Amino acid sequence: MAFAAFGGGGAAAATANEPVHLRGGWVAVGLLAPGLAYLLLFFLAPLVSLLMTSLQVAPEGAGKGEYVPGFEWSNYATAISTYWPHILRSFGYALTATVAALLVGYPIAYFIGVTARKWPLVQALALTLVIAPFFISFLLRTLAWKQILGDNGWIAQTLHSLGWLPSDQNIVGTDFSVIFGLTYNFIPFMVLPIYTSLERLDRRYLEAGNDLYARPSTTFWRVTLPLSLPGVVSGTLLTFIPAAGDYINASQIYLGSINTAMVGNVIDRTFLESQEYPIAAALSVLLMGIILVIVAIYVKRSGTEDLG
Amino acid sequence: MVSGGAFAEAGADLELREIHKRFPGFTAIESLDLTIPAGSFFALLGPSGCGKTTTLRLVAGLEQPTSGQILIGGKDVTNVKPYRRPVNTVFQSYALFPHMTVLENVAFGLKRRRIADPTRKAHEALELVELDHLAQRKPQQLSGGQQQRVALARAVVNRPALLLLDEPLGALDLKLRRQMQLELKNIQQEVGLTFLHVTHDQEEAMTMADTVAVMNKGEIEQMGSPEELYELPKTVFVANFLGQSNLFTGDVRGDNGDTIVVEVAGVPVAVPKARAQRHRGLVTIGVRPEKLLLHPSRPEPAAGVNVLGPGRVIDVSFTGVSTQYTVAVPGIGEVIVFAQNMVFGPVVQAGAEVWVSWRVEHGFGLADELPDDGDRFIDDTTTGGIAQQTKEELLEELEEG
Repeated sequence: MAFAAFGGGGAAAATANEPVHLRGGWVAVGLLAPGLAYLLLFFLAPLVSLLMTSLQVAPEGAGKGEYVPGFEWSNYATAISTYWPHILRSFGYALTATVAALLVGYPIAYFIGVTARKWPLVQALALTLVIAPFFISFLLRTLAWKQILGDNGWIAQTLHSLGWLPSDQNIVGTDFSVIFGLTYNFIPFMVLPIYTSLERLDRRYLEAGNDLYARPSTTFWRVTLPLSLPGVVSGTLLTFIPAAGDYINASQIYLGSINTAMVGNVIDRTFLESQEYPIAAALSVLLMGIILVIVAIYVKRSGTEDLG
Repeated sequence: MVSGGAFAEAGADLELREIHKRFPGFTAIESLDLTIPAGSFFALLGPSGCGKTTTLRLVAGLEQPTSGQILIGGKDVTNVKPYRRPVNTVFQSYALFPHMTVLENVAFGLKRRRIADPTRKAHEALELVELDHLAQRKPQQLSGGQQQRVALARAVVNRPALLLLDEPLGALDLKLRRQMQLELKNIQQEVGLTFLHVTHDQEEAMTMADTVAVMNKGEIEQMGSPEELYELPKTVFVANFLGQSNLFTGDVRGDNGDTIVVEVAGVPVAVPKARAQRHRGLVTIGVRPEKLLLHPSRPEPAAGVNVLGPGRVIDVSFTGVSTQYTVAVPGIGEVIVFAQNMVFGPVVQAGAEVWVSWRVEHGFGLADELPDDGDRFIDDTTTGGIAQQTKEELLEELEEG
């Protein structure tokens, strides 16, 4: 079936007696099947399992990590009442990191996509530099930052010796270091979609803006930015969603401390250490739900459907 | 220059002084001097790559001249930023903002200048181009012709002292183009702005403009009213670019007071002195094809008439209003004759022996020494023309990049 679709299947379908749309339908189903099966097996099934776990109940006299299926909705109440600061912190960090990544990433994307058009070599080099970090593991890069920002690193030492950072304070393990790590790690995800939008930006629109009495800054706000909005929306989503669920940067092994734990760290700990599976599952469902709601509102408000 | 909240009272005159524009690797404009009086409809006409679009961009402020001065309404704007110039452009590509509605596009300039009641004025401008009913649409939902009118409204609504039109009708089909030409002309007369129109379409330039400047290789070859340019071209380029011409080259053999006599392949041809740029030596003279008469037999010699022939009709093509005859005259080459179709069918058939004549006062003498080598009739479809166009496109891309 799939072969027919590729190898002149169109002509064959047109001459065959059976309706064209029916054959097309079966080809589509055939092509979709592997993907659908994959989603069913590795997304839908775990999701159902997660939902069921989040409602499990510990029977009388059960040991650590022993639960039976049930409908314990209070798991959610417990999860929220115990861990609401972590949930809030997660979204606070993710939001700050997204804004920071946008502020850093937009000018980079603008430079590569618009300014550097005159110099294709510079453009290619800059793009490579944006993508280059992906050649090294995310974990290694974050660990490297721990070294750089660590107490023995030259940054902390310099700040200490200048007296700008009190000697009893560190960089690593603070809100700052975690947000810094999140921002750093997600900048490429911000830059690339914005670059794609800006790269297609027709300079003649900027000239038209200029011709219609808009100074360059006005042209930017009224023309360039709105036209690159699809890229900004994708970039912020690609940054915000994984950042909200991230547990590497905030973990104590990397750039965080006890005081910087995000929801991801809590889920990690409740699941693997204290083995409170229902709570961990409830937190996961909550995290997913909140992100879905935020993203839905955001996408609706930014009106990306119109921009296409 | 542009003060907030006020429209230009009337069109302003434009003056270019000694403008040079060099791009890396080539010169686009070489020492251009040009004055366009306020309130006129001025057309810069020339082939692709002649520097006309660059001239427009210099006036708009989108390019900086290498040297020279640009004055609008007597004020030097050479170093004034484009958004401060009292100039608006109708871009060749329209460049309508795709994320705004038609109305927002038209109101854009008004809002930037904080002009009172921008929405009402934008609606009025859209009414002028008969598109007010589409005000809430996005530009990409409009046809090419409608977009062009929106682009026009977006520029005209600002009542700029000077309106620049960069081949704005190029993308339209013939019927729509005719309609828009008339509409543009009406708008110009209604609002009294100075229009500077850049085009490679000689017919468009002639129908619309009061004054046409023919530009070639970064310089203005000739400037004047459409009639003047057509009836009395001064260079081979103008004679061929603006309509068609029959050109002959020969030595000046005599001087009869008011006329000079040029010997063309042994035949004396008289040209009025007042219509000849040069009066001695080797000269190129010409006459428009519709001024020629065909004779099936040798006409009686008469004063004030030039006769060439005999020649043989090698091609007859019917074009509706007139018939075009191509006559091969030995020693001279092909001569084109346009004859009004006063009777049904051609007057003579291909292969017939004919003579051509024209009244002496219809001839003109050109400033060039020899006709350009190659085709006597410039044709957009020649490989040379295509190569020139491709070169210009490449250069434009470079400029943009």
